[in-house]
Amino acid sequence: MTAPIQPATTPDLLYSEAEEDLRSAVRALLADRSDAPSVIARTESDTPYDQELWKTLAAGIGAAGLLVPEKLGGLGATHREAAVVLEELGRAATPSPYLTSAVVATAVLLALDPEDGPAAVLLGDLAAGRRTAALAVPFAAAPGGDHTAEVTADCGALTGTVRGVADGALADVLLVPAPTGLYAVERAPHREATVVLERLVPLDLTRPLASVTLDGAPATLLAGPGDCVAAVRQGLLTGAGLLASEQLGVAEWCLTETVRYTRERHQFNRPIGSFQALKHRMAEIWLQVVSARAAARNAADALATSAPDAALAVAVAQAYCSGVAVHAAEECVQLHAGIGMTWEHPAHLYLKRAKADSLAYGTAGRHRETVAGLVELPAP
Amino acid sequence: MTTHADAADLLRRTRELLAAHPPATTGREEFLGARFDAGLAWVHYPAGLGGLDAPHSLQPVVDAELAAAGAPDNDPRRIGIGLGMAAPTILGFGTDEQKRRFLRPLWIGEEVWCQLFSEPGAGSDLAALSTRAVRDGDTWIVDGQKVWTSSAHLARWAILIARTDPDLPKHRGISYFVCDMTDPGVDVRPLRQITGEAEFNEVFLTGVRIPDSRRLGPVGEGWKVARTTLMNERVSIGGARIPREGGMIGPVSRTWRERPDLRTPDLHQRLITLWVEAEVARLTGERLRQQLVAGRPGPEGSGMKLAFARLNQQISGLEVELLADEGLLYSDWTMRRPELVDFTGRDAGYRYLRSKGNSIEGGTSEVLLNIVAERVLGLPAEPRTDKDVAWKDLSR
Repeated sequence: MTAPIQPATTPDLLYSEAEEDLRSAVRALLADRSDAPSVIARTESDTPYDQELWKTLAAGIGAAGLLVPEKLGGLGATHREAAVVLEELGRAATPSPYLTSAVVATAVLLALDPEDGPAAVLLGDLAAGRRTAALAVPFAAAPGGDHTAEVTADCGALTGTVRGVADGALADVLLVPAPTGLYAVERAPHREATVVLERLVPLDLTRPLASVTLDGAPATLLAGPGDCVAAVRQGLLTGAGLLASEQLGVAEWCLTETVRYTRERHQFNRPIGSFQALKHRMAEIWLQVVSARAAARNAADALATSAPDAALAVAVAQAYCSGVAVHAAEECVQLHAGIGMTWEHPAHLYLKRAKADSLAYGTAGRHRETVAGLVELPAP
Repeated sequence: MTTHADAADLLRRTRELLAAHPPATTGREEFLGARFDAGLAWVHYPAGLGGLDAPHSLQPVVDAELAAAGAPDNDPRRIGIGLGMAAPTILGFGTDEQKRRFLRPLWIGEEVWCQLFSEPGAGSDLAALSTRAVRDGDTWIVDGQKVWTSSAHLARWAILIARTDPDLPKHRGISYFVCDMTDPGVDVRPLRQITGEAEFNEVFLTGVRIPDSRRLGPVGEGWKVARTTLMNERVSIGGARIPREGGMIGPVSRTWRERPDLRTPDLHQRLITLWVEAEVARLTGERLRQQLVAGRPGPEGSGMKLAFARLNQQISGLEVELLADEGLLYSDWTMRRPELVDFTGRDAGYRYLRSKGNSIEGGTSEVLLNIVAERVLGLPAEPRTDKDVAWKDLSR
């Protein structure tokens, strides 16, 4: 190849009026029910998620059903709208199963294209916010790897351990890839002997992780091995692509709060935000946020339209947005200085979220390798 | 007279122009003149001045139809300063007579324009300029030195800012003129750059006489007029779509694909990182373009130049390194005067050196970061020591 592959169509990188309306609704809900002090308190409680808030977001606003077609009980919207929800969840650092259940698990099930049967029923439940599901692969897993090796199936019973599963101990249903296909495992009190869920201590307190150990756990087969690999890949690709929008929201909060604080904070008889060294650093973050928005919108639009180069759009967005969120959060702590190091100030929530997100669904470096393959710039 | 041209109307007028002046049998300047007179030059300009008072976003309707018919264009790259900077300023501040005299030959390309703003002692702090204009009846006599003037050796006219009152604070004692570059007091000398060539000029002004009828805007309000010019300088992005690998990343990616012998793991890491950044910059430009078309321009334009300057420098630096033995060579140090500025032309060494100017020309990256911080983010300005001081008392 001597010429690069050009995008087949021009992506729509703006926000529609409907998308902005959705944003307003989600933002108002989170402002009311997910303010920083309550998020910090929630991270130290036994219940990582505010169930009432989740119900309102998932069912009241209908956010959980955005990706699901109407005939399966969803709203029949697209990844573009789901991305806007994630921007707001990132901006508020809200603990919520939205990404794992309404985006990744939902995308896995949708990739099976179910007309009826258990996958279709489960999709309807997820869309309505009646239940949540989580894909039982490590949160750090990138799209494209093989994630069927941890668990074996014997006569419909699963055995094996998967570590670092996001929402693994909280989801009502686990979607478990195995060499013989994709299975659903219900979390139920009478199954505690065969499904052992160990809560881990996560770096990002707003995103619970668990170690999932299955010991002859009863499971429902959803798809055969070929469909399983493709569905898991699509789920992780969707997760990686839309995570960029969450990272955008995180970065925007960090920039906005840092600008606000440095305008108010006085030292040397001046607002510290009037010092050029600090102004330049905030202007750099702004530049990165502007660019991250274009990359994240491009990924969301490519997923929404099933664009031929969706995999490239996702890899580019992840390779770029991970670093932007981490940089913005690190600068936020530094420019807040002393107060930024306290537990009471929310800056640490964003730093932990940004750093954990930079590993989730593949690091930036991993996605750069994907880019290199897709645009034919091979390693030596 | 105003028209309310919509897309269909513009298409009809364009086809009428093509029917009356078939490009195949019409001379270039004659066609361009007819296009101007039909109001299809820049459709958002007023009727009678090359436009139809139509929305700016409809220009592509005309351009696409004319391009498809093989009509000549006015070679916008050759007359960029006239189109991008002089014209909007003349339109905004000129008298009716000035607009009628200057806009048509400017757009057709009969008369090239240049910009006499920067001085050796006034770059980032442009308002501190010291070129003097002293009134003599209904004429101004101008003495001073300007620098970094593109196209001065080709230009018929210049937009010029000069100090008309040294006793006022710097921003308040400046006036704005149109300078005749054929005046015997105008001396243009090539300014050789680090690439070896002379894209730009120094311009020495000695007793240049400018009639008061060529002043743009009121005496002492030249800074306000100049800000219009400078704002237009940075709005130049947003018209065309950039293809993937369309900028500096193109040549280095091609070299990587064609020359496996040059590949190393370190260069690969850096190349892919920059490829991603170039692709994101392309998407950011595309998003900006979509905002403009939708009539919702954002402040993102201020950031584009910063991003491109940095990318160009990093990519061209990598390219020199990738070329190894060849990277140690340079094509040609001969002093020449290129017709067009071409950041991506010639070889890797040239690109590396020329891109150093990208973070200097048209506002340094440091000044642009201040502009983003203060105007976009609303951060407080640095304390100023020059605000209420007469220009003549400023330290130099």
